[in-house]
Amino acid sequence: MNEELTLTILGGVDKDGVPEPVKFVEVSKGEIIGIVGPTGSGKSTLIDDIEQLAQGDTPTGRSLLINGKRPDAVIRVDPRKKLVAQLSQKMHFLADMTVVDFLHMHARSRGKGPELVDRVIELANTLTGEPISPDHYLTVLSGGQSRSLMTADIAVISDSPVVLIDEIENAGIKKQEALRLLSGEGKIVVVVTHDPVLALMASRRIVIRNGAMMDIITTSREEQDVCGRITQVDNWLMSLRDTIRRGEIVEELA
Amino acid sequence: MKLVVLAGTPGSGKTSVLLHTIRSLIKSGKKPAVVKVDCLWTDDDQRFSKLGIPVHVGLAKDMCPDHFTIYNTDAMLDWGASNGADIVLNETAGLCLRCAPYPDECLAICVIDVTTGPNTPLKVGPLLTTADIVVMTKGDLVSQAEREVFRERVLDVNPGCIIVEANGLTGKGAFELAEMVTEGPDVCENMVLRYNPPLAICSLCTGETRVARKHHMGVLRQLDGFMEYRGE
Repeated sequence: MNEELTLTILGGVDKDGVPEPVKFVEVSKGEIIGIVGPTGSGKSTLIDDIEQLAQGDTPTGRSLLINGKRPDAVIRVDPRKKLVAQLSQKMHFLADMTVVDFLHMHARSRGKGPELVDRVIELANTLTGEPISPDHYLTVLSGGQSRSLMTADIAVISDSPVVLIDEIENAGIKKQEALRLLSGEGKIVVVVTHDPVLALMASRRIVIRNGAMMDIITTSREEQDVCGRITQVDNWLMSLRDTIRRGEIVEELA
Repeated sequence: MKLVVLAGTPGSGKTSVLLHTIRSLIKSGKKPAVVKVDCLWTDDDQRFSKLGIPVHVGLAKDMCPDHFTIYNTDAMLDWGASNGADIVLNETAGLCLRCAPYPDECLAICVIDVTTGPNTPLKVGPLLTTADIVVMTKGDLVSQAEREVFRERVLDVNPGCIIVEANGLTGKGAFELAEMVTEGPDVCENMVLRYNPPLAICSLCTGETRVARKHHMGVLRQLDGFMEYRGE
């Protein structure tokens, strides 16, 4: 992986073509940065700009720099050289292929060997309830299974230095584990979220409104404390959910 | 004069991608004109007219729309020139996957819908394999992994092509496409097709409607793949 890595977003325009207030965002290796804002405000559009390393050629007019420079065209398109892996809001696969065939093809498209396939499935099964079998067809996987497989696929096969995550909390999977898995060592992680735990796990968050980056908030010490407390609440809720799923009785307030 | 031939299966987003590309071409000072070929009916010309550029519709009716496109190429270029255009963009009907109506000295663009699944590139044939640029549409409806698998399949059948991921709704990819159109080849005299049209002429081509095999003559291929000539 690259020694140095910074990702710079140069501001463009909002939905009405007005220049956006935030003109410059620089993110460094190891940082988790959040994107927050109302539904439909343009969070996913910002993610898309980053995914394709926009060069003023998308409707927002934003540009992305890698280590302060304009990226080569080949980095933008060739999956073997791609710097960005994306977990989108998509909850289902459309490809009429088995899990194992699909993962083989994907490993090949990223210039990786077939030995990774088993690891993807193994890892995906740590995030979801019902296990995924290599012979399953992608189209019959549940939303949670699909999202787990997509997550594990990004962690193992895509393994890019920049990871974009769009609303992992809606995925029906263990979100904090998924985030830990995706953020790995020394990556840049950009996460779109409405979830207070995930938003406060980020060191900063970009606020989006009407298609524009309005502000950047740095997570304060107080917010970090709040994050620790709500993480406990969240884990408790999750354990209750598991208890109910297993068909057991909820016995006491922890 | 430059010629762009845009092919691809129905519903893949050819028209939407083209509309965005034309907007980008106009912005950079080019003079595009569009010929839309279809079989029976189209109202796409109204969508193109809104851009204020010359538009011509060609309906192939009972002719093969790709054959119709091919032998009318000269007429399209002449029409474009007489309307002051420097680029003629020809959007084909995109039905049969056996013909590929690309002349050698044109920019051949194949539009293909990612949501049809990664086996589609294997089925599309010369339309895809002889294209210069392959435009993958509707990528926003699938995961990044699926887009990459699809892309790999496209490169399996057409290793030399340039792949553009486009979105007909947002206009993603149009800027890149417009640049490639501007740098495309100039048309020349005596252009030839990149791929031969089907060689078979059988009695269906001349209007036979009876189904039974005994009524058919010409070059016929049997279900087991064996080819024969029946006739005089």
